[in-house]
Amino acid sequence: MSKRKVKNDHMPVGECITQVQKILRERLCHQQLPQKLVGVEAQHKHLLELLKRTAIHGESNSVLIVGPRGAGKTMLLKCVLRDLLEEKEVQKNLLQVYLNGLLQTDDRIALKEITRQLHLENVVGDRVFGSFAENLAFLLDALKKGDRSSSCPVLFILDEFDLFAHHKNQTLLYNLFDVSQSAQAPIAVVGLTCRLDVLELLEKRVKSRFSHRQIHLLSSLTFSQYLDQVQAQLSLAHDFPDTKFAEDWNAGIKTLCEDKSVEEVLQKHFNSSKDFRSKHMLLMLCLSRVSVANPAIKPADVLEASRLCLADAKANMLHGLSILELCLIIAMKHLNDIYEGEPFNLQMVHNEFKKFLQRKSNSMYNYDQPVVMKAFEHLQQLELIRPVDGSLAKTQREYQLMRLMLDHSQIMESLQKYPQCPTDVKQWAMSAFG
Amino acid sequence: MTAVLQHPGYEEERMQRVAGQLPGREVQAGMLLSLMGQPQHYSYPSIFIYGHRASGKSHVMHVLLKELELPHATVSCVECVSVTLLFEQVLLSFFGCDAASLLPCSPSLSDFVRIYRQQCSQTPAKETRYIVMDKAELLRDADTNLLPALLRLQELVEDNVTVILLSEIVWDNFRPNTGCFEPLLLNFPDYSKGELQQILSQDRHPSYSAEFYSSYINILLGVFYSVCRDLRELRRLAALNFSKFCEPLAEGKVKETDTHKLWKNIEPHLKKAMQTVYLREVSSLQWEQMQQMEEKEAGALRGVDTHSAVALDDFLRIAAYLASYNPARTDKRFFLKHHGKIRKTNFLKKNEKTSNHLLGPKPFPLDRLLAIFYSVVDSRVAPTASIFSQISSLVTLQLLTQVSHNDQLNAPKYKCAVSMDFICAISRTVNFDIVKYLYDFL
Ligand SMILES: Nc1ncnc2c1ncn2[C@@H]1O[C@H](COP(=O)(O)OP(=O)(O)O)[C@@H](O)[C@H]1O
Ligand SMILES: Nc1ncnc2c1ncn2[C@@H]1O[C@H](COP(=O)(O)OP(=O)(O)O)[C@@H](O)[C@H]1O
Ligand SMILES: [Mg+2]
Ligand SMILES: [Mg+2]
Repeated sequence: MSKRKVKNDHMPVGECITQVQKILRERLCHQQLPQKLVGVEAQHKHLLELLKRTAIHGESNSVLIVGPRGAGKTMLLKCVLRDLLEEKEVQKNLLQVYLNGLLQTDDRIALKEITRQLHLENVVGDRVFGSFAENLAFLLDALKKGDRSSSCPVLFILDEFDLFAHHKNQTLLYNLFDVSQSAQAPIAVVGLTCRLDVLELLEKRVKSRFSHRQIHLLSSLTFSQYLDQVQAQLSLAHDFPDTKFAEDWNAGIKTLCEDKSVEEVLQKHFNSSKDFRSKHMLLMLCLSRVSVANPAIKPADVLEASRLCLADAKANMLHGLSILELCLIIAMKHLNDIYEGEPFNLQMVHNEFKKFLQRKSNSMYNYDQPVVMKAFEHLQQLELIRPVDGSLAKTQREYQLMRLMLDHSQIMESLQKYPQCPTDVKQWAMSAFG
Repeated sequence: MTAVLQHPGYEEERMQRVAGQLPGREVQAGMLLSLMGQPQHYSYPSIFIYGHRASGKSHVMHVLLKELELPHATVSCVECVSVTLLFEQVLLSFFGCDAASLLPCSPSLSDFVRIYRQQCSQTPAKETRYIVMDKAELLRDADTNLLPALLRLQELVEDNVTVILLSEIVWDNFRPNTGCFEPLLLNFPDYSKGELQQILSQDRHPSYSAEFYSSYINILLGVFYSVCRDLRELRRLAALNFSKFCEPLAEGKVKETDTHKLWKNIEPHLKKAMQTVYLREVSSLQWEQMQQMEEKEAGALRGVDTHSAVALDDFLRIAAYLASYNPARTDKRFFLKHHGKIRKTNFLKKNEKTSNHLLGPKPFPLDRLLAIFYSVVDSRVAPTASIFSQISSLVTLQLLTQVSHNDQLNAPKYKCAVSMDFICAISRTVNFDIVKYLYDFL
């Protein structure tokens, strides 16, 4: 079958949508590597050259990739490695060790993992080492080639690098950097971290052995670039099986990105964060609304996705409180106003609530103290109120000092949305004094 | 209803069966399904579902994963007291017990991820695997790395896996100081009164008509909805009180359709239930602890007699109460026999906004307690040397709490931990008019 014929094959809509979902989900949910990284060409080139020197020329090195979460550190490194491994020689020789600060929580675990990833468990056997340095030297030595003149280059990748600085004496970091400075074996140490102040975490002797090379991924993105990215990330490539569908889809995405209301929404998200991850979350919510019945992303989908992303979780929780619990929240709000944010206890809140009840003729909210106490406890369990530090167990519950974890506008806003909120309760909430 | 729950990759019949089990949660289930996507596609690495208790979080997840036969592991963070159990549960559900047995004793996250990767390279996921963490708020008390690692597990194990966290606490209270992978947030709103009515009416008793049970639920919600919206508690209350509701019917006094008479019969009963059943049986742990304390108080109260040793003990409590609720500077006025002419206005600070009974008991040192004690006992009972042992027994009974620690350099401080009603009752038995000595009631 000729290639051209396949391309022109017309697929049923259902199948096209399935393909769209598959392709875009791999981009948005699964960090699939793009053909080419845009926006970080300089960083890519820099890192590739550094690693080439280790992989091909056997020079040791160390470098830190620094940038906020979701800025693309892992992606950058993976793309560089993909390009690096295109060279046959590199593919044959280069060894890689992946460590993650979340997983290898101490140096003993890390060393075990290094041994395993270098496939040296059998070589090590039951051997006992006097120190970490001795152990590491043994491992690197074991990698020497038959003629012992050269050694396989090893790439150490340390994700969540800053967490390794909390290990006892920073032994792992010290030894890796130490090797990277001496001529023992060709290694490259690549650290990935979101902490800009990462160097301050390093002990002096560790810091002095680090090359001080840093690659920063600080976003200097403009909004129009951000828009371009959104469009690129939602567009289909030329190799999509149904050409006609892909063209229509891409045209639809282009129109979408030019829509005024969509642009407004995206501007809002751009202002709050520019990283890839939070954008992916928004786009994923848009994508999830695509189906056979709704075979394109429409402005309304973006608006709805944005509404979900920006929803105030605490306001959502207030919506589900009982009327009694809501009244207690209002009483706390008044106490906060009167005493300028000083902490309060249940007695005071109940008292404030009673003052409100006294002004009313009917007694539909007259609950016994234990019922009120239970409502109060529920609010605490939901962490909408929190005890002031200290003296937890020592005080009776009704006197325990608490603080309200909600602000004025959250309370007022959720009152508007509260289902069938009684008018007198609303008025009470809005009155300036309890 | 079924229109919402349509999804490519699943047969219609199956979707209908799912929808039938999720009244009031069609929108949320539909939303979740569209996020999860078709089984063989990728889903978002982590999803955080929050909503009030009994808003159907676990129920919806359970029905979806079971009915659609998706590979999953459900982990209750309450039951998994150690991470070992959590790791075992996940490996067992996905790869069988052989995989779980590969875990070393007291495994680290590193071990777990290593074994997971090993196993999934042998049996890669054909469909998205789901890990559901119920009561996820407890993860915050676990090892600090556990939560961040779970949130990005997809990346760590390089498998098509999605972690779903269920909690009644908002995500903001989870986020670690240094940040982490942000999960996709999904809210399960509370059930409306109508939805509760619909769900609860499903439990109808076979020997009564559906309308009859439904009208019962309507009355029940009328009483309880303003204090309690928890489906589980309401269901319990409905079951507990139904026989009472049927009583007039069984006695042949009213017909099934006479809702007004039935209402008149059950309403006072339900109102009472609010104070007893609702509070006691379905209470939080804290409430139970409070109960215990009340029982102790009641027990102590029953034992009151005028025997002098007991009376001594009572005066000690009275003194402790006074010391807790009166400002120290007023002691002179109350307890010095010849305090001269200190006018009331002098020592009543009018700018004191709040009564001490609102603020709760204040701690006091031992010597102040003794001073007040000797003054109130006066000559009524001869103090004995056993006074110190009585103080410590009050502390053990939790009628008095020790605030500062034993081994601290400064003298220990105490607080009175009994209620006003209780202390008034005691005072009456020893003929002591406590109200006269309380600053707040001057
Ligand atoms: N230059 C880029 N172009 C397009 N997408 C990117 C780029 N860099 C990163 N991404 C995407 O952004 C997301 C976050 O990137 P990641 O490398 O995991 O961030 P980090 O490791 O800094 O937290 C990934 O899903 C990735 O696919
Ligand atoms: N929509 C519903 N229809 C029927 N039963 C439900 C529904 N939602 C919740 N339930 C039942 O209510 C109880 C509490 O629900 P659950 O899912 O455990 O709540 P959550 O996990 O939100 O605390 C369970 O027994 C569940 O079976
Ligand atoms: Mg990363
Ligand atoms: Mg649950």
